[in-house]
Amino acid sequence: MIQVAAFYLFASVLTACALAVICARNPVHSVLFLIACFFSAAGLFVLLGAEFIALILVIVYVGAVAVLFLFVVMMLDISFQDLRRGAMQYVPLGLGIGLVLLVELFTLYRAWPERTPVITAESTAIENTEALGRIIYTDYLFAFQVSGLILFVAMIGAIVLTHRCRPDVRRQKVAEQNRRKPSDVLEIKKVSSGSGA
Amino acid sequence: MIDLVKTYGLDAAWMAVKIGVIIGVVLFGVAYLTYAERKVLGAMQKRQGPMTVGPFGLLQPIADGLKLFSKETIIPAQAHRVVFLFAPIMLFTLALVAWAVIPFDLGMVLADINVGILYLFAISSMGVYGVIMAGWASNSRYAFLGGLRSASQMVSYEVSMGLVIVCVLLATGSLNLTEIVMTPRPWPVQVLLFPMFIVFLVSILAETNRSPFDLPEGESELSGGFMVEYSAMTFALFFLGEYANMILMSAMATILFLGGWLPPFGMESLSFVPGVVWFGLKTCLILFFFIWARGTFPRYRYDQLMRLGWKIFLPFTLIWVVVTAGCLMMFDALPG
Repeated sequence: MIQVAAFYLFASVLTACALAVICARNPVHSVLFLIACFFSAAGLFVLLGAEFIALILVIVYVGAVAVLFLFVVMMLDISFQDLRRGAMQYVPLGLGIGLVLLVELFTLYRAWPERTPVITAESTAIENTEALGRIIYTDYLFAFQVSGLILFVAMIGAIVLTHRCRPDVRRQKVAEQNRRKPSDVLEIKKVSSGSGA
Repeated sequence: MIDLVKTYGLDAAWMAVKIGVIIGVVLFGVAYLTYAERKVLGAMQKRQGPMTVGPFGLLQPIADGLKLFSKETIIPAQAHRVVFLFAPIMLFTLALVAWAVIPFDLGMVLADINVGILYLFAISSMGVYGVIMAGWASNSRYAFLGGLRSASQMVSYEVSMGLVIVCVLLATGSLNLTEIVMTPRPWPVQVLLFPMFIVFLVSILAETNRSPFDLPEGESELSGGFMVEYSAMTFALFFLGEYANMILMSAMATILFLGGWLPPFGMESLSFVPGVVWFGLKTCLILFFFIWARGTFPRYRYDQLMRLGWKIFLPFTLIWVVVTAGCLMMFDALPG
C-alpha cells in the first residue's frame, strides 16, 4: 500500500519534472528540474530494491554531472528572446523524433515477454551491492574494463581538446619556492652613512 | 484506511518521536557549537568570548536565534524568488536528512540501511546545490562568484573523499555504518588507514566551506559570498545548515576512523560508559579540530586550494587505494 503510493508519488514527480525540463523558459530552471528528475528516478530504484544503483545515481548524476551542467548553464550568456525566436522551426523535427520513440516504446510494450521474474535483493538473499560486484568482476569483467578504458580515453580526449597552453599566465611554482634559500635572494650590504645602497 | 492506521500508526508515531529527538539533539548541538566556537576562538586570541547573556554567556546562542527570528526577510527585487527561498531550505533539510543513518550506539540508529555510507556521501554531495542555487538566484555578482567557487571546490574535494571512503570500505568490507564500526581493525590496518584520516579531515574542511577553505564566503573579497543577499530566517537556515553539516561530517569521521561508539584504543575497562557518550566525545574532538584550524591557518588562495585538491590529494588517495588493496590482498586480510 505504502509502496504503491510511493511509486505513484515518485513516478508522477518524475514525469512532471521531465515535462518541466523541456517547458521551462529559463535554462537554469530546466537543469534544476532535471536534477529533480534524477532524484525521483533514484527513488524508483530504491522501490525496486536496487538501493546501490539508486545511490550511485544520486552520487554520480546529481552530485557531480548535474553540478557541472548547472555550472556551465549558469555562466552562459543567453538572450532568451533570441533563443525563442528560432525555436519553432525545429518543432516538426522534434515531433518526428518523438513519434518514432513513441512507436518504439509501444512495440516494445507489446512484445515484452509476460511476467519476467524480477530478481530483487530479497529473492537472492545477498545484498545487491555484493551481487552487482560478483557479476561485474566475474562474468562481465572484460566489458567492465573496456567501458572503463573508453571513458579514460574520452577523458584524455576532452583534456587534449580543451587544454590551452598559455605562456602569459603566472603560476605559482611551489617546488621552486621551497628550493630557494635565503642566501640566493638576500644579500646584506653595509651602507655607510651619507651614501646610497 | 483504518487498516493502514492500525498497521503503520504506532510505527509512524514512534518513528516521529525518534526523528524529533534526533533533530532536537542536532539543533541543540548546532546552537552550542556556535557558542563553543566563539569561546574557543576567544581563548586562542586571549579574549573572553560571549560573556553577557546568561552565566558565562551560555544563553548567547538563544539570543542570536531570537534576533534572527525577529528580523525581516528581505528578498532582492531582481532575485528569482522561488529558487532564492528554496536554496536555504534545501541546504538545511539535507543537513538534517543525513542524520537518519548515523548510528549513535549499537542499534541506536533511525534507519539501518545496508548502503549507509553511500547514502551519507550522496546527501553530502547534494549540499552543493543549496549554495549554487543561492548564488545564482540572488542575482548579485558577489553571491554568484561565491556560488561558483563553492561548486568547484566541493566537487573537487568530493573526489578525494570518495577515494578515502573506498580505502575504509576495503578494510571493513561493508557499506553499512554499524558494520564499519564493529569490524575489528588490527593495528597494521589502522596504520594503513591513518594517512587517509588526515586527508579526510582536510577534505571535510573544504567540503563544509570552513576556514582555511572558506573562499565561497570569503569576507575580504566577496563580502559574504553566496549568502550576501540573505537576511533573517533565510540566513539563519544557511547558518544552521552549515553547522549541522560540520557536526555531520565530524560524526562521519568518527564512524569511519575513530571507532564510533566504542571506547577509545579498545580499552575494555572503559566500556561501562554508554556508547553515546564516546560517540559524542569523539565527534566533539573533530569539531574542536574544525575550530582549531579556523583559529590557526590563514585562508588559502583559490589556485592553491585547487592545486591541493587535484594535484596532491587526488593522486595520493588514488595510489593509496591501490596500496591498501595490495597490502590487504598480500597479507590475506581482506574481510568477507
